[in-house]
Amino acid sequence: MRLFPKKFSVRDLAVPLLFVLLCLVGVVYSGQPASFLINAIVERLGRNSFLVISLIIPIIAGIGLNFSIVLGAMAAQIALIFTIDWGFSGIGGLGFAFLLSVLPATVFGFLIGKLFNRAKGREMVTGLITGFFSNGIYQLIFLFGAGAVFPILNADSLLPRGVDENGVARFFGLRNTIDLSAVQYALDDLIALPRPQGIVIPYGTFLVIALACLFVWYFRKTKLGQEMKAMGHDQHVAEVAGINVNRNRIVATIISTVMAAWGQIIFLQNIGTINTYNSHEQVGMFAIAALLVSGASVSKASVWNALFGTFLFHTLFITSPLAGNQLFGEAQLGEYFRVFVAYGVIAVALALHAWKGKKN
Amino acid sequence: MQKKILKQFIEFGIARSIIVLFVIVLFILAILKDMQIAELISDSLARIGRNGILVLALLPGVRGGIGLNFGLPLGIICGLIGMLVGMEFDWTGLSGFVSALSIAGGLGVLAGWGYGVLLNKVKGQEMMVGTYVGFSIVSFMCLLWLLLPFSNPKLIWALGGKGLRVTISLADYYPKILDDFLSFSIFNVTIPFGSLLFFVLFCFFVSLFFRSRWGRAIAATGANAQFAKANGINPNQTRVWSAVLSTVLAAIGIVVYNQSFGFVQLYTAPLLMAFPIIACLLIGGAEVGRATITHVILGTVIFQTLLTIALPVTSAFIGGDISETARIIISNGIILYALAGVKGKTA
Amino acid sequence: MSLVLELKNISKSYNGNPVLKGISFALQKGEVRAVIGENGAGKSTLMNIIFGMPVIHQSGGFEGECLIDGHVVNFQKPQHAMAAGLGMVHQEFMLIPGLKVSENIKLNREPLSSKSFNRFLPGKLKVIDNEQIHKDSLKALQKVGMDLDPDQLIKGLSVGHLQFIEIAREVDHQNLKVLVFDEPTAVLTESEASQLLNTIRHLAKDLGIAVLFISHRLDEVKEIADTVTVLRDGELIGNYRCEDLDKKEMARLMVGRAVNIRRDQEQESPNARQNIMTLKNFSVRMPGENLQDIDLEIKQGEILGIGGLAGQGKLGLANGIAGLMPASGNVIFEGQAFSLNDPKQALQNGLGFLSEDRKQTGLLLDESITHNICFTASHVLGRFQNRFGLFDQKQGKEWAQKMIKDFDIRCTGPEQHTRRLSGGNQQKVCLARVITANPKLLFVSEPTRGVDIGAKKIILDFLRSLNQQGVTVVLTSSELSELRVLCDRIAIVASGKISEILLPEDSDERFGLAMAA
Repeated sequence: MRLFPKKFSVRDLAVPLLFVLLCLVGVVYSGQPASFLINAIVERLGRNSFLVISLIIPIIAGIGLNFSIVLGAMAAQIALIFTIDWGFSGIGGLGFAFLLSVLPATVFGFLIGKLFNRAKGREMVTGLITGFFSNGIYQLIFLFGAGAVFPILNADSLLPRGVDENGVARFFGLRNTIDLSAVQYALDDLIALPRPQGIVIPYGTFLVIALACLFVWYFRKTKLGQEMKAMGHDQHVAEVAGINVNRNRIVATIISTVMAAWGQIIFLQNIGTINTYNSHEQVGMFAIAALLVSGASVSKASVWNALFGTFLFHTLFITSPLAGNQLFGEAQLGEYFRVFVAYGVIAVALALHAWKGKKN
Repeated sequence: MQKKILKQFIEFGIARSIIVLFVIVLFILAILKDMQIAELISDSLARIGRNGILVLALLPGVRGGIGLNFGLPLGIICGLIGMLVGMEFDWTGLSGFVSALSIAGGLGVLAGWGYGVLLNKVKGQEMMVGTYVGFSIVSFMCLLWLLLPFSNPKLIWALGGKGLRVTISLADYYPKILDDFLSFSIFNVTIPFGSLLFFVLFCFFVSLFFRSRWGRAIAATGANAQFAKANGINPNQTRVWSAVLSTVLAAIGIVVYNQSFGFVQLYTAPLLMAFPIIACLLIGGAEVGRATITHVILGTVIFQTLLTIALPVTSAFIGGDISETARIIISNGIILYALAGVKGKTA
Repeated sequence: MSLVLELKNISKSYNGNPVLKGISFALQKGEVRAVIGENGAGKSTLMNIIFGMPVIHQSGGFEGECLIDGHVVNFQKPQHAMAAGLGMVHQEFMLIPGLKVSENIKLNREPLSSKSFNRFLPGKLKVIDNEQIHKDSLKALQKVGMDLDPDQLIKGLSVGHLQFIEIAREVDHQNLKVLVFDEPTAVLTESEASQLLNTIRHLAKDLGIAVLFISHRLDEVKEIADTVTVLRDGELIGNYRCEDLDKKEMARLMVGRAVNIRRDQEQESPNARQNIMTLKNFSVRMPGENLQDIDLEIKQGEILGIGGLAGQGKLGLANGIAGLMPASGNVIFEGQAFSLNDPKQALQNGLGFLSEDRKQTGLLLDESITHNICFTASHVLGRFQNRFGLFDQKQGKEWAQKMIKDFDIRCTGPEQHTRRLSGGNQQKVCLARVITANPKLLFVSEPTRGVDIGAKKIILDFLRSLNQQGVTVVLTSSELSELRVLCDRIAIVASGKISEILLPEDSDERFGLAMAA
């Protein structure tokens, strides 16, 4: 495995360097001890890396940034909601959720892949809108369907909705938060190893992330990986060579969606609650921003980009409200700043990509 | 004649027909449920006048070949700044409104010009870049709303807080200045005459513009850039013009929107504003590469009526407020339908 | 003697228009057969049939038989043809710049590893054997006489290298029997071209691969081919042994076509007239149609023909002058320096341009006939406008109605959108638009391409009458007969240069040689 790309150009380095600088400023002005920061960063690395890694394969296949991993996150939440409702818990329960999520994630990935094939050349904007659209469908299902159209065993998770004609109280629609304490830290703490300097290291999660990295690395070396690499460079030539481009694009989207679902499960088991209607919304944006700050682009990314990017982005994420408070007496400022950074880095990457594409 | 009607119906599209049918069904339900029909109609008229110019702002983009302008928040921000400047100095009434429009328009020209230049560099990816330029600007302005030295107590947080308020009332400035202009009631329906007139006037001006040499050059670029070039038009230049026009109209549009709404909403409020507006245009029958004034008017009327009627009717039936969910599904669904329906134009 | 590929009586028509009629030939192991003919003679259709390209099946298949090793085949997909031992070296390179040379050579034919757990994985999930890829491609490169590092990226290699890598990719097929070269030397330098010919000879004679060689360069055909197949207008003129033909004979067979109509009235010799436009060191950068440093005089009142084969640069001239493609050089128009790369200026100075690309450049497909016809005059000259500077519908409609009558445009009325019109009527709309701006010098490119006979006559007659009214016309066309009927002089463009300026009555042979220069 090559650690770094062969050659660095100034442009490859400009974005990550800027972020390293921003992070340094953030760290220095956060006013927090190193142990606090390291703990927070390690926790967020475990929480977010897998989601970011799920973006890589569609990039190799030339689909670009998969803004519709939001649907993977929804698949994860669907799986977790039922896992919890059916009373599963611990690592067994979490494993069940992992398995269960594959089903909706595969279906979603297949549909998105089909859609992307119809909207070639504008996959990203289509993916973004698909995310918004599906969010509406998701709301419809869980806010109005749960408990009315399909059963939810645990009545406590339903919303009270007044009374019907006979004066009986009605319950339907899931509540805004779902408690995940039954599976919280099940993966993070799966492997009990010493904590150096008291730093909480989620060994189990890190192991799974390492496996994901290994998978992506291996995948690139397979025949399928090579086909995707070729179509990522030039779809037309790949097609002439007899590669089934459309099918491979669907496969890439499915892999990405399933990985995103697992990533979201890992994320939520660390957090410990599901924000039923919001947890998934920002997943795409933050994962994509994290990938891009490492210097990855719409057409080029590796697992190193994913890990390094997650590290940088979340360092900034943690420190900016703290620094905002220290420097301007306004934590809010730092929060707005990090959102701006996320959107801004995506905008710049998209513009650079289109610009470069036009020149070629 | 019948054939012609049928053909137009098919061109209108199945998805759109379903939505129109949906509106009609809701309307009938509303009557059956003995709801305040007059109130519902008043509401939708108010919303049509409120949103019309924002929808119209998309037209120059589509016709000029930059596609659906997902960067609409850029213009919206210009409009907000225009309003805030006047409000800071307590310019009220007509002068306040006119000053807001002028500052908004002026900023719109500058911002639209820069935006157009950027879009020329990212041809083929205008929609995606536009979306994220919009997002970035809105989130950057979140910082500025906190930091800019506004001092009028009506605008800033009352106690100790820093920066502008999230929602600022226009009550002391120019609430419903257009809506109430020559407004009248008929069968208990309130007609926001001024806003509707303003919308119609702008539609008229824009349609005149597209009959002028300048406007026709923009439309020719959008229809066929190579044709435009062969006829001595510089497509890059006309594209910038269409971005400017779109941005200026969006800036004016938000001022009109806010006077009717009665509040100025800052911070993340403009973030997702472009999407329902784009849905409006598409519901009217427009496509990613084709739009007319008729699409603008029809789309605004259908979509806004849908929203106003859907809210009370469905709530009455389901017992929960489904309107927000329905709005998300319909507006994004129709955009998705348009994006996937047309074969991808790869640059 | 073993026959590898045999074609028997191949015919093909598109929508009832025959494009190939009864083509037969046989190709033996190690034979190099040249296929020559003008554009539109049917060479590419023939290749499409052999390779089973989708376009053939979508348009109703073909008649006749195609045999490989004595077995009748009818490939449904090009991949099947490749598997059966056919290979194609494309005119445009099918290579991926971001991949290595070896990865390109073995694209979609990568050897897979079956080491350790790979044995148990399904095919696509097996790891690629990079060592084997390296070895195979090195061998293939050696076969074509290329000393190149297979691990190098394609990016940055010269055009000559790319051509050889394409060949190496085909040669790497284990069972390659027939290799088709589609104008392989068009982009090569002289020394690269001669190296390529050596390679082809080596492949045929030493490796026994049969070669179909499509080229316009008769020198090369003469040098390399054993046999020659000549096509003209979809018909087989004949199969010849190469040594039985000389270059002049080939040229005559390719072009040969009776020309019986000549301009009736005798006119003063065009050379005696004044120049309306003079070009010096004129170059145009147009992908696939470059022009390099040409000198040309366009005479007042003449019809100048521009002919030549596709891809040689004849289309570059009009596009360069009209400002649609980057051009450089010295151009004098009516005694004044003419500013290049400025379409607006060109139109204002009285230039007209009818593009060869009707749909992309000539029309607003979703606008009415009126808007199309009036656009240029209204935008450039400010005509058809009312006093508020707005487009005057009434005036425009009246003019459009007149044009519809003059050109006999078949439509439902001036409001009809041009998308719905037939090719011929669309072309009439384009021409009407161009002449509405009253050009003094009119560039017309491929005016009759994809146009029915009736419209063709109207268009050509109109060009002639326009010329009689004093408009100078530069007519670019792939159809030599059209040029010879209409033009006073014909400049033949080959390899980005004007190879010769001929008179319509000059012999077929001279035209053929000028085009193949």
